[in-house]
Amino acid sequence: MEQNFVYDLIGENLIGYVIVAAMPLMFVLVYALVAILGELKISAWIQERLGPMRTGWKGVLQPIAEVVKLLQKEDITPANVNKPLFNVAPFIMFTGAYAAYAVIPFSSVFVPSGINIGLFYVFAVSAFAIIGIVMGGWASNNKYSLLGAMRAAAQMISYEIPIAIAILAVATLAGSLDMQEIIKQQAGGIWNWFLFGGTGSIAKVWVIPFTFALFLIYFIGSLAETNRVPFDIPEGESEIVAGYHTEYSGMKFAMFFFAEYSNMFVVSAIITILFLGGWQSPFGDFMNGPVWQSIWFISKAMFFVFVQIWLRWTLPRLRVDQLMYVTWKVMLPVAFVAFFAVAFWAMIK
Amino acid sequence: MNVKNNIEANRLTFWEELYLPEIARGLGLTLRRMFKPKMTRQYPEERWEPTGSYRGRPVLVEEDGTERCVACGLCSRVCPALAIEVQAADTELNKERFPVKFEINMLRCIYCGFCEEVCPEEAIVMSKDYELVFASQEEAIMDKPRLLTPVAVLQDRLEFLRQYR
Repeated sequence: MEQNFVYDLIGENLIGYVIVAAMPLMFVLVYALVAILGELKISAWIQERLGPMRTGWKGVLQPIAEVVKLLQKEDITPANVNKPLFNVAPFIMFTGAYAAYAVIPFSSVFVPSGINIGLFYVFAVSAFAIIGIVMGGWASNNKYSLLGAMRAAAQMISYEIPIAIAILAVATLAGSLDMQEIIKQQAGGIWNWFLFGGTGSIAKVWVIPFTFALFLIYFIGSLAETNRVPFDIPEGESEIVAGYHTEYSGMKFAMFFFAEYSNMFVVSAIITILFLGGWQSPFGDFMNGPVWQSIWFISKAMFFVFVQIWLRWTLPRLRVDQLMYVTWKVMLPVAFVAFFAVAFWAMIK
Repeated sequence: MNVKNNIEANRLTFWEELYLPEIARGLGLTLRRMFKPKMTRQYPEERWEPTGSYRGRPVLVEEDGTERCVACGLCSRVCPALAIEVQAADTELNKERFPVKFEINMLRCIYCGFCEEVCPEEAIVMSKDYELVFASQEEAIMDKPRLLTPVAVLQDRLEFLRQYR
């Protein structure tokens, strides 16, 4: 098992397990508030507005007000929905998003569960979100919900293929599916990150374009995985009202929202682990203590959350056929070529 | 019709067809926007001060403690929304007539400014007041004490009228 400071302090008993399981939840709750505020403020700044300014200093308490509003709202269940599926769908989606946190290493001394196939596990549970979306869309008994769910399923399954190849390439390069092991292989500063081909002699320069391509493919694919703009056609409000969560309100809608935001962090964390050295400091051993590591990790991941928000307010939405064109005809061949190049490099180095 | 000269592949250069550099340019644009000064005005604290050309709530000009109005009734006649009601009476002052009752129904007023334009005495002018909130229909009918405004406050508008009318 990996080193885990909670187990060192309390011992590997039931209390320790509960604390370890609850710590990412605490993080996700705080992170979701920050991300909601970021979404509001960044969208406002891009549009040359001020955004929320009244709740607290410069509006920093706005996300709390929004959450309280959502909690107070009436929880409407339409008459002809499939009640068990309708009620359980948002929670399944959040479970999928939260389960991925089990293997995300926040620091060299904290990973909730250091299983040695972490990457594979994340890839498996992130597919869980599709089940929640299709369930919600089907149970809502609404044609827009169903259309949104079908689009989500088609999109997320298509985009998993280039993502899988990108992950596979990094796994080949690291020779491991263990998150901690992948991060440890990227020790020693920016130049050793997998974005720049990992450790190795100067001969690795020729592989950098390919790892960079894989990085972009993973990032674009992760946008599609989390239904963010420019791939938010499952909830394209100009075409299908709100997609799969058209019929949801109150707390259940909040759960969908929450799951989307925690998914955003998961994909940002994975991209950080795979390509940007996870919790490794960009300056090698300098500022690389356990606390610094979690700061590095969270700030790297939050940067990608910021990029996702930034992209949302920059790009228009893709059409369904353009979406399929991008994944099958552009990303997939590029991912294959890059994968073979990286695998060749992993073989000869 | 076979359009052969305006297809997308011909219009775009190689780098534009790749999209990624164009997306990066778009991101650069939005990033620059993020640091620009913001257009939002924080309303109740930061108010907008209209210029003299602004047509706000019509008011009666008050000079030397009394209104300039001589109750000729032209404003009432010209008002397209029939918002103004004037009742004249005699007075000891030089102007000989004064409005004993002067009411503007602010629910009917359309801020066209005809009353001001037609007034021979510059007695009714459009003010800069744009915050018009009423709790009831009765409150929206402005009587003489509420319409009277000292001439000093209306200098901007009077100057504008002299220059452009």
